Amino acid sequence: MIREDFREILRLVRPGARVLDVGCGEGALLELLTQQKEVDGRGLEISAHGVAACMARGLSVVQGDADQDLDHFPDKTFDYAVLSQTLQATRNPRHVLDELLRIADRAIVSFPNFGHWSVRWSLLSRGRMPTTKALPVPWWATPNIHLCTLADFMALTEDLGVRVDSSAAFAGNGPARPIDPTKALENWRSETCLFLLSRGAPAERVEPGAVSGDLLVP
Amino acid sequence: MADLDLDVSAPLGGGVWRFPADRPLVLDSGAKISGLEVAYQTYGSLNEDGTNAVLICHALTGDQYVASTHPTTGKPGWWTRLVGPGKPIDPARHFVICANVIGGCMGSTGPASVNPATGEPYGLSFPIITIADMVRAQAMLIDALGVDTLLAVVGGSMGGMQVQQWAVDYPQKVFSAVVVASTSRHSAQNIAFHEVGRQAIMADPEWRGGAYAAQGSRPEKGLAVARMAAHITYVSEPALQRKFGRELQRDGLSWGFDADFQVESYLRHQGAAFVDRFDANSYLYITRAMDYFDLAAPHGGVLANAFKAARDVRFCVLSFTSDWLYPTAESRHIVRALTAAGCRAAFAEIDSDKGHDAFLLDEPVMDAALTGFMASVERERGIGR
Repeated sequence: MIREDFREILRLVRPGARVLDVGCGEGALLELLTQQKEVDGRGLEISAHGVAACMARGLSVVQGDADQDLDHFPDKTFDYAVLSQTLQATRNPRHVLDELLRIADRAIVSFPNFGHWSVRWSLLSRGRMPTTKALPVPWWATPNIHLCTLADFMALTEDLGVRVDSSAAFAGNGPARPIDPTKALENWRSETCLFLLSRGAPAERVEPGAVSGDLLVP
Repeated sequence: MADLDLDVSAPLGGGVWRFPADRPLVLDSGAKISGLEVAYQTYGSLNEDGTNAVLICHALTGDQYVASTHPTTGKPGWWTRLVGPGKPIDPARHFVICANVIGGCMGSTGPASVNPATGEPYGLSFPIITIADMVRAQAMLIDALGVDTLLAVVGGSMGGMQVQQWAVDYPQKVFSAVVVASTSRHSAQNIAFHEVGRQAIMADPEWRGGAYAAQGSRPEKGLAVARMAAHITYVSEPALQRKFGRELQRDGLSWGFDADFQVESYLRHQGAAFVDRFDANSYLYITRAMDYFDLAAPHGGVLANAFKAARDVRFCVLSFTSDWLYPTAESRHIVRALTAAGCRAAFAEIDSDKGHDAFLLDEPVMDAALTGFMASVERERGIGR
């Protein structure tokens, strides 16, 4: 069975494109993209175990991490750079996002939304760091050091001059649901968010202030 | 025509290929070696499409006996972990070729060979050689063996230098390249250790200005010391400590300069065993070739520019965490250049405490990575398994 976020990425990627999967794990997504979209795929993976698994699948994967190794790729090397569920685990997410859109025309980025109602309720009711379906690991063991909400992410894209070309939300392993990420309600109900991003021409950029407030603080 | 007295399609083949005098090897230095001889071993046979040849490149003190018994030491082949039945490189599927490098002392033309112009051993009149010269001689050999393209060129340490040189100089002949525990250029520290070894050899009175063969002597002490110093760089500090610590050879100290410590005895043994199978002048010439190696130098010092020619070659680069001779940073440097050049590269740093020599030893992760990589290049090349 194909993961729902992979299914959405498969839908977004143009056939035959050059794709870099950052944090590609054992290469499941890269293999799908290669088989179904005939992409020219490369990967970056932090674990030797993951890289070895990728090699066995015939994938060109380099051991390294998003924080340190993106800098070494030349400009516009790829059509797409994919960063799936990893942005929140990087040391410098702002720099990583900027780099993704330097080395690729488009970035596909997904992350768990810290603004989801279950996260808010978990913190409000228990007064403890939230543990939810999307964020199951306790605070002292989680690799997630830079969690953000959908609204936070939208503010960062504005700040970096990044255009949102497409956005979707997932809950559990349900199908992708297209969302308007500027709507405050989506910040409550989107458990995991996935974006297709590009360097927008200034006129097409979402105007500052277009992101609405929260339900509690409009 | 070249003179060949064996059947290359035999499961186990090899011998010495003698190139006619009118086909000299032209060296980087401008010098020529005429009457070139290349000693080699083969395993398995070339398939009908000619797509299954794998060239193994050996390290500084290695030889062509990659998977067969060494004629001098009687020891098994030096890379039977990776080459053999059921191994990532398998004579049942691959036509495996391994040649002694030029400058070597196991049958290929080197300083111990007789110079056809003088009838005397070359000694120091042998020209200075480079890694690219070694590769050029191998290219002549595979050509002579009727091999057009290589499914893979594979090597560790100095073998890995040759692999990179192959990919850069003959990209149309190389389908994939496996570079293990290697570097794209010798560092100051690498050169420094080699210089210690060379000075040890040249300080031995038996070296006789390099003319020891003609004068019936051998600089065994100098060569043994060179090997002892080099051997320290092949193992990691923790592995040496774990194996020997401060353990003594006998009860109590000798209060002299005998080999009191086990580590001393071990190093002396390494040195003594080495001189039985290696030539001192070969050691000088090959270490010099390694010191001169700098793949980026002819490309404005930009390694990525060197690899631009190799854009269609699939690379696999492996390093070991405890290798301080060619540390992982050197492999990363290669991989970043490959990336910048747009080459397809796979890279893994393997967790090992065995130091540089890990590439010759029991490293299951290396086996798994290479098994996977070889399987994938065979698939892409359309070779059935």
